[in-house]
Amino acid sequence: MKDLTKVNNPHGDEKVFDACSIFGMMNLKGERFSAKDPIRAMANMHDRGNGLGGGFAAYGIYPEYKDDYAFHIMFLDREAKKKMSRLISECFNIVNEEEMPTQEANVSDPPIMWRYFVQPKPSKMDGQTADDFVMEKVTRINTETGKAFVFSSGKNMGVFKGVGFPEDVAEYFCLEAYEGYMWTGHGRFPTNTPGWWGGAHPFSMLDWTVVHNGEISSYGINKRYLEMFGYKCTMQTDTEVMAYAFDLLMRRQGLPIDIVSKILAPPLWSEIKTMMPENELALRALRQTYGSLLMNGPFTIIVAHEGEMIGLTDRIKLRPLTAAEKDDFLFLSSEEAAIRLVSPVLDRVWSPRGGEPVIGRLESPVVDVTA
Amino acid sequence: MKSYVSPEYLIERDNDKCIRCKVCVNQCSYDTHYYDEEDDVLHSRNENCVNCQRCATFCPTQAITIRENPNHYRSNANWTQEVLTGIKKQAETGGVLLTGMGCDKPNLTYWDRLLLNASQVTNPSIDPLREPMELRTYLGSKPDKLDMDFSSGEAVLKTELSPQLRLETPIMFSAMSYGSVSLNVHKSLARAASEFGTFYNTGEGGLEKSLYKYGKNVIVQVASGRFGVHPDYLDAGAAIEIKIGQGAKPGIGGHLPGEKVSAEISKTRMIPMGTDALSPAPQHDIYSIEDLRQLIYALKEATDYTKPVFVKIAAVHNSAAIASGIVRAGADAVVLDGVRGGTGAAPRITRDNVGIPIEMALAAVDQRLRDEGIRNQASVIAAGGIKSSADVLKAIALGADACYIATAALVSLGCTVCQKCYTGKCPWGIATTDLWLTKRINPDIGAKRLVGLLRGWSLEIMEMMGGMGINAIESVRGNRLLLRGVGLTDTELKILGVRMVGE
Repeated sequence: MKDLTKVNNPHGDEKVFDACSIFGMMNLKGERFSAKDPIRAMANMHDRGNGLGGGFAAYGIYPEYKDDYAFHIMFLDREAKKKMSRLISECFNIVNEEEMPTQEANVSDPPIMWRYFVQPKPSKMDGQTADDFVMEKVTRINTETGKAFVFSSGKNMGVFKGVGFPEDVAEYFCLEAYEGYMWTGHGRFPTNTPGWWGGAHPFSMLDWTVVHNGEISSYGINKRYLEMFGYKCTMQTDTEVMAYAFDLLMRRQGLPIDIVSKILAPPLWSEIKTMMPENELALRALRQTYGSLLMNGPFTIIVAHEGEMIGLTDRIKLRPLTAAEKDDFLFLSSEEAAIRLVSPVLDRVWSPRGGEPVIGRLESPVVDVTA
Repeated sequence: MKSYVSPEYLIERDNDKCIRCKVCVNQCSYDTHYYDEEDDVLHSRNENCVNCQRCATFCPTQAITIRENPNHYRSNANWTQEVLTGIKKQAETGGVLLTGMGCDKPNLTYWDRLLLNASQVTNPSIDPLREPMELRTYLGSKPDKLDMDFSSGEAVLKTELSPQLRLETPIMFSAMSYGSVSLNVHKSLARAASEFGTFYNTGEGGLEKSLYKYGKNVIVQVASGRFGVHPDYLDAGAAIEIKIGQGAKPGIGGHLPGEKVSAEISKTRMIPMGTDALSPAPQHDIYSIEDLRQLIYALKEATDYTKPVFVKIAAVHNSAAIASGIVRAGADAVVLDGVRGGTGAAPRITRDNVGIPIEMALAAVDQRLRDEGIRNQASVIAAGGIKSSADVLKAIALGADACYIATAALVSLGCTVCQKCYTGKCPWGIATTDLWLTKRINPDIGAKRLVGLLRGWSLEIMEMMGGMGINAIESVRGNRLLLRGVGLTDTELKILGVRMVGE
């Protein structure tokens, strides 16, 4: 376990192939609930993973530190921890730091898990926004020693992931002790990697997280396009390009999710032709301009950030996604059974069409484009 | 002077099969066959034969076989038949050896050493006969981001894209001037392009009046001779291409002999009938990159910024830097023409020794434009030696937006690549302006054959894309992970940006 990128992809394949289970559960009123239901739902889809990766993202879990960046970091040895702690205290005011609470569980070879609640030091910020500063430092930590890996860096949220089945990873991180208003989960079935802790989903940057089921056939060009905008695809996973695409389009270019979904999973030219002239013009321009970000091949993703959860499949829906509503809850899942397990009676359950996003936002009704 | 050059081909005629119909005599424009009335038998002058197969194809009884002359000089890996014959011809004429079509040497092609991927298990392949499969391609400059206004609740586009060409398949017909090929060939190309939703390039000889109606599927070329360039011509096309160079003859100009400048051609080219049409080696108003910028913007001004302007260069050693300059000079597309690109006439020594393979130039240019963050500003079009749909798809995976084909288009019309285009006597009626010969191309049939070619290749591209689990061509473009190399050195793989098979 030396170089993180090598560990992630030991055979040097251009990307990691995997199939998966994914699940998302959100209380649209922002009321917090425990991890119990998301864990049960993930456990119900046990057979969609192979024990080589599981993880959860939870939003609203650190109300006492809600204005601080919460770093979850895995260290492969004490040396790396020492070195990186120095870097962190140089750049940030540390509000609190502690070893992450963990317990014995059926997971393999866990690294040292530490968490920090930090504020960027204004003196170190070179006219950057706090987010850009954090992003730059996280990238630096992740690439500098190859032995330290920040796998969560948002505010009032956290990612918990590792090598094992999702329910085992949850047990390891004592996840039932946390309460959040939005949870996403992932169980992994990689075909070309023994699995390492950092390679599990969710992938995250700042408070953005992605869980992903699929293989992106367009990866080669998606990566080269993003590289033109300064992204470095170091993890060699297609999930990473998905996360960067969201960062570029939503955070940097300010496009809303319904437009972004039309870039990642655009309508067919034959559909665009039948639209109202103004929409036709816009959709055509989107495909002309962002064709290199079309995510081709099978995928389902659940993307989340503060106050918003988005489910999206590829445009011909080659991977499953079921959505459901019950009272104030929105569910997204690879399988309906997992939703029914935690909420047997549902107000509404549906299969979103390929390329049509399902969007859950705090204090707003669910936007369902297929309705 | 007695010529020491022996005939390249021998014509064998089966006299039992021959019905003395004299089709061979009438079809051959090189005066190879003749009828001996006294003996009622047909003979051939072997030394005239170029092995174009016109007579053999049209002989109703298949009585004619053409074979290579077995009388070879002593075998020698260095002093080959071609080398010896060439030297003898030059000794006898004191001239430059001319040829037509693209380089015929085997050592300069990389397409066949690149292999495409297919889906197995981890992602499903797609059946293009039952599922949508999109080849539509837009050529032109693209912004890095779109500005949209959401205040009305609907997404309203604020960014206005610069002019784009819409292609229903990423294949266009490359530049072949009216004069180097006949009007009927141009008619065939124009009709096929407009029927299939792609483009044909006029080449440097102007656009004949009757073809203006196909304008929205025409790319009009502006080359060093400026033949046929006037405001109506620029307005007629959907795009304008500035020709700096040609893959078959980088760095040199062109010469259409006066005999080929007929009344019609003289009108279209705007030069006196019977005068030589000389295209200078450089464009004499472009001696540097800033001059190119001026011409690009002069043409954009002249057409009110309604059309994309392409710049075509021959693939040479420093294409990457040149292409970067062209994009920065404001071109909407860069056309790269590789060393195997065809020609109507070029010195053989130049054709076979100057320039670099399109695969390498394309890979280097696409990567350089990405390194500099300007790849979105212009499309990249690959030309020169594209001989199958697989070559097209491989070019797109290396980074091209679209390909130009010309030799393949002519082959679909009948061309057999005999490489004698420069004689102006093409027995297939293609590379000639002789009215007796040009009648051999019927534009209705020609267009049908070209559409057949475009359709066949497009279907093949869809099959290969579907096999890779990809249903839109933009996901192939620049996606070099879809390619693997075989029999290539590390350096070649590095420049191509492609991994070795098995990796």
